[in-house]
Amino acid sequence: MEKKSSTKGQSAGSGFLFFIAGFVIASVFGWVIFPKILYSVNQQPIKFSHALEDHAELECENCHFFRDDGTYSGIPKLETCTECHEEVQGENPEEKKFVEQYVQKNKEVPWLRYQWQPDNVYFSHAAHLKVEKPLPCTTCHRDVKKEKIPPPVRINRLTGYHYSTMKMYVCEDCHAHKGANNACNVCHK
Amino acid sequence: MSKKEHEKSSVRYGMVIDLDKCTGCMACAVACQEENNISFLKDDSIKTRSINWMRIYKLENGKKYPEHRHVILPRPCMHCDSPHHSPCTFVCPVNATQRDEETGIVNQVYPRCIGCRYCMAACPYYARNFNWWDPTWPKDMVEMLNPDVSTRMRGVVEKCTFCSHRLLKAKDKARVNGENPKGIEYTPACVEACPTGAIVFGNLHDPESEVAKLSKDKRAFRLLEKLKTEPKVYYLSSHEWVRKQGDNDLK
Repeated sequence: MEKKSSTKGQSAGSGFLFFIAGFVIASVFGWVIFPKILYSVNQQPIKFSHALEDHAELECENCHFFRDDGTYSGIPKLETCTECHEEVQGENPEEKKFVEQYVQKNKEVPWLRYQWQPDNVYFSHAAHLKVEKPLPCTTCHRDVKKEKIPPPVRINRLTGYHYSTMKMYVCEDCHAHKGANNACNVCHK
Repeated sequence: MSKKEHEKSSVRYGMVIDLDKCTGCMACAVACQEENNISFLKDDSIKTRSINWMRIYKLENGKKYPEHRHVILPRPCMHCDSPHHSPCTFVCPVNATQRDEETGIVNQVYPRCIGCRYCMAACPYYARNFNWWDPTWPKDMVEMLNPDVSTRMRGVVEKCTFCSHRLLKAKDKARVNGENPKGIEYTPACVEACPTGAIVFGNLHDPESEVAKLSKDKRAFRLLEKLKTEPKVYYLSSHEWVRKQGDNDLK
């Protein structure tokens, strides 16, 4: 009797151990390894820093401006950068690279977007900034003024969605709480 | 959606089509296809499969030669304003089509649509179209697609949106220029294309607007008014037989 009960306890104990081990392995795979496989890591062509003194002094709208027809310029074109960087200004190797590879060749920088949205989404920057109480940019974007190096852009290999793309429930939630219109055609086209 | 909410908005976009002015040139239909990235089939004569947001109908008075008359009737989505729901939004099981109660535009979100086609059965105007195949265009035309309108995929329903993407752009322009975006005037592609000015578009709830005035004209009628779907598209005709056909029975 004694022997039997001890083996029973042992098998239950080892079963529990197996469960824990399996749980840990599955969790590590699901939460750590799989996302690393799923998202490709892409670096920006130029390590642009918003935190550099001269950049940090500017307002966001100096480079990311609205056009008169209501559209938002988004990522600046080469034209905007060359207003200051027609020639190398300082010692920064990234700036030298930028001037030599893009400005002198008159080639647009293939910047990567962090929050790419699919083509059925219409996001209006004007509706969030050109209103009575404009939202600060950091409501949806990273606080780039604290960033020395741009983080890598992570893109889902299966869906093509970017890791930091805003999800629809975030938009809906904020619209519902602030009493904004939540009809489909406000954001979808 | 309560009734109270429905009555609140001061904006109701609507359309008036003057059949006396319409020459049946179909420029509106062509402009619509182009504006909204509507694909075409190899054989577009199959009318149960082809996709047209603006469909052109021919009405005839049924009389022989000397008295024979016909009228061309362009038919977009009616954007029915019946209380609570439009016929299509009422039956949608997944909320893929709704009426925006601020503007009265009945919209459709394509990736959400499951293709059950209840809305097509519910729509008394045949204003909805189903994508039986993935859209295809000749190679050169793919580059020319309108970036303001997303393309649809196989298995979803699509319909006229009163060019709501143009409304979005007009609103943004107003905001940037410090104007009030509510009830802003904009022009859908069909209205822009009409060479005789037969189509008028605007806010029906603004008594000063041309649509509001024309919609109260003696010649005005709506399609299948007896169904109480309250279409926001009005037609004008000086012929009684035309006005009668707008509300005729199935034979």
